[in-house]
Amino acid sequence: MSGRAVSTTINGDDVEFLCQPEETLLEVLRDRLGLTGTKEGCGTGDCGACSVILDDRLVCSCLVLGMEAQDRRIETIEGMADGDTLHPLQQKFLEHAALQCGVCTPGFLIAAKDLLDRNPDPTEEEIRFGLAGNLCRCTGYDKIVRAVQDAASAMKGA
Amino acid sequence: MGFDPGYSARKFTSVGTRPIRPDGVDKVTGRARYGADFNMPGQLVGQVLRSPHAHAKIGKIDTSKAEALKGVKAVITAADLPDLTNGDSAMYDILDNCMARKKALYDGHAVAAVAAIDARTARQALKLIEVDYEVLAHVTDVDEAAKPTAPVLNDTVFTEGTDPRPDKPSNVAKRSQYGHGDVEKGLGQADFVVERSYKTEQTHQGYIEPHACVASVNSDGTADLWVCTQGHFVYRQHCAQLLGLDVSKLRVTSSEIGGGFGGKTHIWAEPVALALSRKAGRPVKLVMSREEVFRASGPTSATSIDVRIGARKDGTITGATATLRYSCGPYYGMWAELGAMTAFACYNLQNVETVGYEVLVNRPKTAAYRAPSAPMAAFAVESAIDELAHKVGMDPVEFRILNAAREGTRSSYGPVYGPIGIGPTLEAAKNHPHMKAPLGKNQGRGMACGFWFNFGGQTCTDLNIDSDGTVSLAVGTVDVGGSRASLSLVAAEELGIPYEQVKAVVADTSTLGYNDMTDGSRGTFSSSMATISAARNAIEVLRERAAEMWDIPVDDVVWEKGHAVAKGAKHGNLPSLSLKEIAAAAANTGGPIAGHSELVADGAGVSFATHICDIEVDPETGSTRVVRYTVVQDAGKAVHPTYVEGQYQGGAAQGIGWALNEEYIYGEDGRLQNPGFLDYRIPVCSDLPMIDTQILEIPNPNHPYGVRGVGETSIVPPLAAIANAVSNAVGARMTHVPMSPPRILAALEAEKAD
Repeated sequence: MSGRAVSTTINGDDVEFLCQPEETLLEVLRDRLGLTGTKEGCGTGDCGACSVILDDRLVCSCLVLGMEAQDRRIETIEGMADGDTLHPLQQKFLEHAALQCGVCTPGFLIAAKDLLDRNPDPTEEEIRFGLAGNLCRCTGYDKIVRAVQDAASAMKGA
Repeated sequence: MGFDPGYSARKFTSVGTRPIRPDGVDKVTGRARYGADFNMPGQLVGQVLRSPHAHAKIGKIDTSKAEALKGVKAVITAADLPDLTNGDSAMYDILDNCMARKKALYDGHAVAAVAAIDARTARQALKLIEVDYEVLAHVTDVDEAAKPTAPVLNDTVFTEGTDPRPDKPSNVAKRSQYGHGDVEKGLGQADFVVERSYKTEQTHQGYIEPHACVASVNSDGTADLWVCTQGHFVYRQHCAQLLGLDVSKLRVTSSEIGGGFGGKTHIWAEPVALALSRKAGRPVKLVMSREEVFRASGPTSATSIDVRIGARKDGTITGATATLRYSCGPYYGMWAELGAMTAFACYNLQNVETVGYEVLVNRPKTAAYRAPSAPMAAFAVESAIDELAHKVGMDPVEFRILNAAREGTRSSYGPVYGPIGIGPTLEAAKNHPHMKAPLGKNQGRGMACGFWFNFGGQTCTDLNIDSDGTVSLAVGTVDVGGSRASLSLVAAEELGIPYEQVKAVVADTSTLGYNDMTDGSRGTFSSSMATISAARNAIEVLRERAAEMWDIPVDDVVWEKGHAVAKGAKHGNLPSLSLKEIAAAAANTGGPIAGHSELVADGAGVSFATHICDIEVDPETGSTRVVRYTVVQDAGKAVHPTYVEGQYQGGAAQGIGWALNEEYIYGEDGRLQNPGFLDYRIPVCSDLPMIDTQILEIPNPNHPYGVRGVGETSIVPPLAAIANAVSNAVGARMTHVPMSPPRILAALEAEKAD
């Protein structure tokens, strides 16, 4: 076997895992570490369901190799809430019914968090283009955009 | 005791409010478990080998090298799924689609499968399987396939529904006809006639979650299946039949479902995973890749439709006819028939006739897609109606209002309508501010109507009163987009308790009676009916228990606002008993308190919608932008209005993608050229505007709360509404969907040349 040991940080915790050279970060998260909140919708970087933050940069984890996680910081959906307290984006997604089936939701939340971290006061157009890498087939995006707008307002007020 | 499903106007407390869904926190924290998020001890990875040919005879399949590879635990072919269908041709087609038997009938058709210790080994094993193909001539276009000269996919298919039966086999599997009156006579009375042909390309439901399951078959004949599905009871029946298992011994648990839209109403990989597990003696997880989803699951029909409609100068339609050809993939379907039934359902017509032809082609088996077959028929008919209105010189909304079906109208597919919403949605559209908003340069406005039957079906629900007075609601209709919230609202309403006191779950096949799948917009309609019935049965028990606690006759106990109340002066001093108090005493008054319901939810009220949209067209490039979009639809009664809005918006967005971008593109070799989200482009956030909604509530007389299904109708009008908008913007009639930039440019150039 050609597995290699990788040391990384996921949601603030030190994590070690073994992986094969061709394994993606998405496969490592889901299949080796049990972090199945990150979803696979396409495996080709087209749908954004596998979005995670890698050293402050939004990436599709299906396009990152597991071995590239060495000495990096990864944030996934499992680390978004602060204990029992949901992140304002999570709360606003619930209040606005910004999800129907919910399978794209973790990716949207990660992408929206990245967007608001970089631009706390986005216009509707900035939100729409900021989230254009994430596919949702259920909602028509209307309630997602409204939830992000509302979360941005709530976070400014906080 | 009998359950009366009839509508009774009542003032609602919970129904119509917008609480947070009970499965919400799990879904925003990543804890919700979808098809691929479940694992079993000793689980293997299953993968499928698929035909690279559109049409080929399968000779010898040599699996010996794959079997010899270290880490491979099972290899199967059709021989491992023997035909147990006993002459049931529909089930045989399902079996053949799951694993090709004599011929591969489309690019992507499964021919073999492996189970191995990991994905890498499974991939290697697939490459070691040797299949002898004899490549045959293929046909993928619906019009080409219908020609007598086309390669025939199945030489046992002789067009059904024709008299006399043809003496030669063909790809036209069935002819169906609907209508009434005398169309030629009606058209003869017309002052204006529009006659046009239309085409729509094949689209995919595009659910973000690929098909996924975990199958575990034990040596004692028991089995478990975890799967993302719209109908786990149906999956159980079909899988049990194909695998030769006892229905009760196959327990199917529906995972959270990451979108279905009709595409998860059919089994594909599940019998394969079960057969692999049976052969390997270990659980097997099988997850489709996105490419497999496009090549081997899903798609809707490609269509070719001819329409003729005539009207008098006063605007009255005198006759209407349509001939509809729908591709079915390689197997018999009823897709053209559904198109033929729905095509003219919005209108009050004296003379109407529709004829549908089911056409076999070398493409994946057509699956249901949200109001299956209706959007294409509506595209053709609503385009022609718009053109006819222009010819008559009437506003297209007024023209439709004049001809709209109403209560008492005999529908074009047969039944006479009860109270319906087509007229009110048109009136609402006419009065909507959107209709009066100014248009910019290169912009056009279009509108169109849509119809869908809605479905009820078999439904079973359990409602248990727990010891602390909270309520567990177990339903058997898979929650595809918020129905657990709606059904909790209904239980709370009926019992007279707060929404937060109810917890709804989707039960597995071993813990609840049979339920039809969540299709036909039936989830909330049928399960709310069963929930109301179950709650009323529970209330009967609660009244009996209160009577026992008080030692008075049960007839003296009424249920009001979540409490048992002793009525009549003689019991005047008894304080009421809350549900919580009765539940706490249950152990001493007769044991657990529950209400059950098993019913066939008849009387799903038909559904109508009217959509308005503004489209801007770039005359240089032919590219389009949706500037504004409005949906008006009748919900009967919106149980959770936010999720009703969501259904309206989501269906509109799917229709927008269908109208403007999405299509299956096949090469000359019969292979799908764009099996991925990069080249099969569904709308993204920056493609769309906000989608405005207006919910009308015209109560369904056949539901206690007046509820109608709301899930599907919203995808019916967009193709035509957008085609009408684009046509108005560019001054040329668009007749081919999707209206991609090259097609719009071609229409512009043709218009210039005229």
